[in-house]
Amino acid sequence: MKETVDARGLSCPQPVLMVMDMFKKMEKGEILVMTDTQASRENVSRAAESKGWTVSSVQEQNQEYHLTLTKS
Amino acid sequence: MKNFFATRWGIISVGGGIGMLAALLQKLGNPGNMGICVACFERDIAGAVGLHRAEVVQYMRPEIIGFVFGSLIAALLFKEFRARGGSAPIVRFVLGMFAMIGALVFLGCPWRAMLRLAGGDFNAIAGILGLVCGIWIGTLFFRNGYNLGRTVTSHAASGFLLPLIMLGFLILMLIFPQAGGQPKSGILFYSVSGPGAGHAPLFLSLIIGMLIGFVAQRSRFCTMGAFRDLILFRQTHLFMGVLVLVAAALITNLILGQFKPGFEGQPVAHTQFVWNFAGMALAGLAFALAGGCPGRQLFLSGEGDGDAALFVLGMIVGAGFSHNFGLASSPKGIGPYGIAAVIAGFAVCLFIGFFMRKGETR
Repeated sequence: MKETVDARGLSCPQPVLMVMDMFKKMEKGEILVMTDTQASRENVSRAAESKGWTVSSVQEQNQEYHLTLTKS
Repeated sequence: MKNFFATRWGIISVGGGIGMLAALLQKLGNPGNMGICVACFERDIAGAVGLHRAEVVQYMRPEIIGFVFGSLIAALLFKEFRARGGSAPIVRFVLGMFAMIGALVFLGCPWRAMLRLAGGDFNAIAGILGLVCGIWIGTLFFRNGYNLGRTVTSHAASGFLLPLIMLGFLILMLIFPQAGGQPKSGILFYSVSGPGAGHAPLFLSLIIGMLIGFVAQRSRFCTMGAFRDLILFRQTHLFMGVLVLVAAALITNLILGQFKPGFEGQPVAHTQFVWNFAGMALAGLAFALAGGCPGRQLFLSGEGDGDAALFVLGMIVGAGFSHNFGLASSPKGIGPYGIAAVIAGFAVCLFIGFFMRKGETR
């Protein structure tokens, strides 16, 4: 199961809130988070790690960051 | 590339650095417990250009200019500069206005609330409690879907506008420097007494401002976010920065002999607990709804965030209203229309909080 959170154009706390909501919906799996600020990228990573998720990859393209969060 | 400033030790060192430098700026000439106060300093800028004519608070504060420059340099250097905007601009402007009006009922932004506490001004406790209360109300709105909608990337030039405005202010100050105790130099107003007359040397203020702007951009230091993340996510990252700021300012004040505990006779402060609380609660709510404390809004402006820039301009205009209408407090107590302004401000912020929730457009 792979879910997507599109947080582009949103500033904190929105991206973290959206990712947290997704964590509540799914116990484990893979989530793709799209953001466009470095600050959101850091905040989402920090929140994910605090909830036991792993940031398994970060892709940077056109000033966007695509984070893959996984938990098994 | 790992960003050191985004780590726990990073935010701790930034908070510590700001606390120390702020206390030091007081030693260098800035007003009491006002080494750095973003709200007061933007208010002084409003006075310097004559948007209000309160004679004791007119000075083109170089710290504010430095904050934006420092952040701009960091953002360009680390490729984070991106001109953006369009996320409910008018709402940002109005929130900025009422944030300033609330902050001036308390007499300080969250930074100064911390510095006042670190200087022994216990009236700040009411302000900090109010700040936390206002931010808490903001988090309730966030939990219920409040948002201001998405930003879009804009032409790079638009992101440079607020830094250019600040550059313009700096140039004006260099063309029209204060001339020996005169209240006016060319088109700029200066205070000859009161807090506006207390300032560190121009270039020291500017350089310290730039240094703080640089590290704050890297670390995302935010005094509103500190409490918001604690309440909303039980996350202590930014809060650590604020805590260390208070500790560092306290230690520096003790060393410099600037720590004077008590309620009465504190510099640029009044003792009306209820209005210290309510003013800061209004400001805290406005900061929360706008996504950053006044400092953070300046740093975001330096990164090219046009919405944050509008919040900054809203604060400067709000300072004009505040002093022209008698909304701002003074050491004697609250202004004649301060209470009405706080009530009106809450009505506006609650309106925004309740009704700005259908921003999902993409």
